[in-house]
Amino acid sequence: MITKRIIPCLDVRDGRVVKGVNFLGLSDVSSPVSLARFYSDNGADELVFYDITASAEGRALFTDILKEVASTIFIPLTVGGGINTVADFDRVLKCGADKVSVNSGAIRNPRLIEEAAKKYGDQCVVLSVDIKRVDDRFRVFAKGGREDTKMDALEWIKCGLAMGAGELVINSIDTDGVKNGFDLEMLEAVCKISDVPVIASGGAGNMEHFTKLFKALPGVDAGLAASIFHFGEVSIPELKQKLYDDGINVRL
Amino acid sequence: MTAIIDYGVGNLFSLCSSFSFIGEDAVITNDVSVIRKSDRLVLPGVGAFKDAADKLRESGMAEVVRAEAASGKPLLGICLGMQLLFDKSFEYGEHEGLGLISGNVVSIAPVIGSGLKIPQIGWNALHFPKDRPKHPVFKYVAENEHVYFVHSYYAADCESSVIATTEYGAELTAAAASCNVCGTQFHPEKSGKTGLNILRAFCEM
Repeated sequence: MITKRIIPCLDVRDGRVVKGVNFLGLSDVSSPVSLARFYSDNGADELVFYDITASAEGRALFTDILKEVASTIFIPLTVGGGINTVADFDRVLKCGADKVSVNSGAIRNPRLIEEAAKKYGDQCVVLSVDIKRVDDRFRVFAKGGREDTKMDALEWIKCGLAMGAGELVINSIDTDGVKNGFDLEMLEAVCKISDVPVIASGGAGNMEHFTKLFKALPGVDAGLAASIFHFGEVSIPELKQKLYDDGINVRL
Repeated sequence: MTAIIDYGVGNLFSLCSSFSFIGEDAVITNDVSVIRKSDRLVLPGVGAFKDAADKLRESGMAEVVRAEAASGKPLLGICLGMQLLFDKSFEYGEHEGLGLISGNVVSIAPVIGSGLKIPQIGWNALHFPKDRPKHPVFKYVAENEHVYFVHSYYAADCESSVIATTEYGAELTAAAASCNVCGTQFHPEKSGKTGLNILRAFCEM
């Protein structure tokens, strides 16, 4: 049966991984290429790369790094950050990305999802949504969680699915960085309306949080995290062994 | 040398990188003379069956691939490239494939039951049929190793050609072969060490 996926996320700025990392046995912990290789060799089921550099110069640098990463890892690679047009899809896919994640660009122009899904297939288009509770409603935030769009998150997700989004990354702003566990209430609401894979993000602080996530919500397909993996607080092989021992189907 | 058939479908970057990683010389080409000189062929493919089948025919690559396969050269189809090896696909209508393996490509929806997502996206385990010897392409792969799938259709009516299955609400064809022609529904180039071992074994065929 299909396994639950564990996905480390790398934020890349000016050619380096943002957020310090302190792995042992890695000579250059801030190099996206060596970190990607490390994860790929150590049980990650997939990698997500976010380009958080805005300048055109940074864009070219990111493209070079992306190519280098894609040519040395042999697991699926999702790329996001600054994807506003079908030409942006084309650019990162040619560098070896398998899927492309859209967020603010799709909020500005929802047709982007439809155009990209038609051209590259639904499986290629990942809709990433940053969600925060406002007045007891789930609200979509844009620009890295800084701007309240006033849109209802569940309505936006339904719209994205209707336009062909093939996977959802659900980032809870409320639980992000708190390390108190995933936002199960928010994720449950999303699972109820999604017929495509749901990737949970925001709030993982320890291994138990992943067990809780997959046990409570069978509709969640993957758990994504950044700092707990980068800081070595949770090692992916140990996490997967624990999930396996807890009766969750994972790839060991 | 391995020729990766270029007929204007899909992203071949990872496939090419995988071959160079295992030390195999691979070229992406639609040059008939290069294809004829190659030791083996890979037929890639993503997207919709009809679109890919049309492009394969219009580019003239369908005839080249058929002729090369008939000469006994090893041929590996990947994902949609595997589906194209069969007689027909029923994805949005009824479309002719290459007919190199007998069977039809049909939707997974009626067989997997409710509650499972379509497409199947993710890592799933390989199982080898117990009633036949393991195909050489899997010589470095053990029962239950995981590979990466992304698909909504699968090859059916091909029981005698099935060389690996996977379980997704039902037993689905994960790989099939007929003589020198084989195909994987999953992506070996995205399946970590297991996938690289499959490509390595293919290069030894």
